[in-house]
Amino acid sequence: MQFFFEVLIGGLLSGVMYSFIALGFVLIYKASGVFNFAQGAMVFFAALTFVGIMEMGVPFWLALILAFGAMVLLGIATEKIVLRPLVNQPPIALFMATIGLTFFVEGLAQAMWGASVRGLDLGIQDEPIGWILEATDIGVSKFDLFAAGVAAVLVTALALFFQYTRVGRALRAVADDHQAALSIGIPLQNIWRIVWAVAGFVALVAGLLWGARNGVQFALVFTALKALPVLILGGFTSVPGAIVGGLIIGSSEKLAEVYLGSYVGGGIDSWFPYVLALAFLLVRPEGLFGEKHIDRV
Amino acid sequence: MQLSTKLLLSAVAVASTLTTSAVMAQANEQYIGLPSYRVGAYAAGGSGIYGGWIDYMSLVNEQGGVNGVKLTWEECETEYNNARGVECYERMKKKGNLSNTVFQPLSTGITYAVIDKVAADKVPMVTIGYGRTDASDGRVFPWVFPLLTNYWSQNTAKIKFIGQKEGGMDKLKGKKIVNIYHDSAYGKETIGLLDKQAAKYGFTVVHVPVAHPGNEQQAQWLKVRQEKPDWVILRGWGVMNPTAIKAAAKIGFPRDKIVGVWWSGAEEDTIPAGDAAKGLIAAGFNVAGANYPVIKEIQEKVYKKNKGNMEDKARIGSVYYNRGVVHGIITVEAIRTAQAKYGKGAVMNGEQMRWGFENLNIDAKRLKELGAEGFMPDMKVSCLDHEGSGKVKFQQWDGKQWKVISDWIDADKELVRPMIEESAAKYAKEKNITPRDCSKEG
Repeated sequence: MQFFFEVLIGGLLSGVMYSFIALGFVLIYKASGVFNFAQGAMVFFAALTFVGIMEMGVPFWLALILAFGAMVLLGIATEKIVLRPLVNQPPIALFMATIGLTFFVEGLAQAMWGASVRGLDLGIQDEPIGWILEATDIGVSKFDLFAAGVAAVLVTALALFFQYTRVGRALRAVADDHQAALSIGIPLQNIWRIVWAVAGFVALVAGLLWGARNGVQFALVFTALKALPVLILGGFTSVPGAIVGGLIIGSSEKLAEVYLGSYVGGGIDSWFPYVLALAFLLVRPEGLFGEKHIDRV
Repeated sequence: MQLSTKLLLSAVAVASTLTTSAVMAQANEQYIGLPSYRVGAYAAGGSGIYGGWIDYMSLVNEQGGVNGVKLTWEECETEYNNARGVECYERMKKKGNLSNTVFQPLSTGITYAVIDKVAADKVPMVTIGYGRTDASDGRVFPWVFPLLTNYWSQNTAKIKFIGQKEGGMDKLKGKKIVNIYHDSAYGKETIGLLDKQAAKYGFTVVHVPVAHPGNEQQAQWLKVRQEKPDWVILRGWGVMNPTAIKAAAKIGFPRDKIVGVWWSGAEEDTIPAGDAAKGLIAAGFNVAGANYPVIKEIQEKVYKKNKGNMEDKARIGSVYYNRGVVHGIITVEAIRTAQAKYGKGAVMNGEQMRWGFENLNIDAKRLKELGAEGFMPDMKVSCLDHEGSGKVKFQQWDGKQWKVISDWIDADKELVRPMIEESAAKYAKEKNITPRDCSKEG
């Protein structure tokens, strides 16, 4: 039973790491109705830019600000060059544009900072907390707890932002209908710039946490794959949904791998979340916290 | 400034991959097509290996070439993608009236994709430390050379090393080894062999797969914690390696009880894992370090003239860089061997190069002459044996660099060779190939 709890707690905490990536998707989808395929590439770009700036001898906090600045610039450029010409185009056109953006951002990051793999030390050890281990024989990582704390702060801030600010309400209006939002005077370009900048910040936070765990390298783009079942489960438009979805996916994939994996040859944690998410789609297509879409016929 | 230079260089690199006539081989030049990967997921490894390889060829050119024949090369970006690899192969197999000296794709997937083509096109294919293990049987695979060592040989050397650490092979009885492997053809390749070794020496082996790309392994390492093994074999690739090291630290498994394959034993695997990597052990058919005469010569004769290929000079002497130098040494020595038979100072064609690889003999004396004593194992290739060595050294990460901790350890050939022959015979039957009679080969 104690081992079960260790797997469960570990899974819940790793689910938080998936939620960071899912959050970036949710923000952009909420504001523009676009599924941003480039979110993984943005995570890679953000982390590599941060580490690249640090390597130039820039202190941590300044590097963080400069990397955020780079993400804002990337967001503005994306709005100007990619999104603006596609206003009122079908969602599939915007989606395809973000696929192109993915390859561009991946290439740009490597052209700017090189292809070398870098380490990133945030000063928090990814090791079990001694007193918990001694008392319960359950390993709970300090790093995972830190990530959970960051997630809590981030989600609270974003939820408040969307719910209680003018910009947040405008974001929701734009997500519902671009043209209608424009007709009542909501500045679409500004809204998109803001949301891409916020998504860039979330990508930076995700990149730092994943980079500290596995190294800052191209494989950061693959973290996006972990976010897809989280989005299906939690809903594409819900910030709390991204967190709850992450917790469910993280814990279920770990439990499945440990307790069911050996019956089917192991390695099922890569596809089990997708099966779970697909099964969930049949019951609740909009996700746990997604907005129910009703069309008048 | 740095950004604009890098962007310009990248643009030039892209342009060069698109322009097939970027390098026009001359009649007195030996043309080598390099299917490299310098962008994408595996760029860190590719840039190191191809950088070392090109630097060695630059050194040979600085010394006057191979008996006066200058080496010329062209890179084609594969991004480690099979389709692109085949495209590069087709593009580079002929340059004017010269054939590609050798095709070395540095990818098992690309190797499999072109394995039937190389014989038809008469282009020797060299796969050092990857590719088809059973291609070591040269009777069935005359055009393929998995030189130095293969995964099966390496795995038997690894068990020998663990046996040494335990105080003898008899001490392996009752021990438990967990084999954490990349859930792919590459990762699965040693499962059958490990099972045979477990039966032979009396240890228990537990196989734990990690799905690609392996950037989350908590469940797998919790299984390790449950199994309480004496040793872990790490058969990883790319991001799977630092993730595994970090996950091992998380469950408190000692890193000096983890023995990696050569794709889990480079600076690119340990640096991202930080302090957690200290103590990790890995096998290698080349060692790290810049103090070998061949590396010093490259720095002296290539980099001092600003002709070096590596942008980040700190990587000179790293595991991947030195592996590239090994690729260069083997390629050049094969050209030299072929020239000794077909004419010194002449440009070799594909068939002549195939003979050169098949009769390659880099003994201890030659290694010393090359400044590579202790840097790579001695080797002797034959029609029957396209592997030619089977020896590996073990290195340990001390937190800053890899340190050699063993002598060359040979493979258990009594176990491996029959498996190679059995698998090659099966392939020959499937493909309707009549194996060569090596007694008739000159």
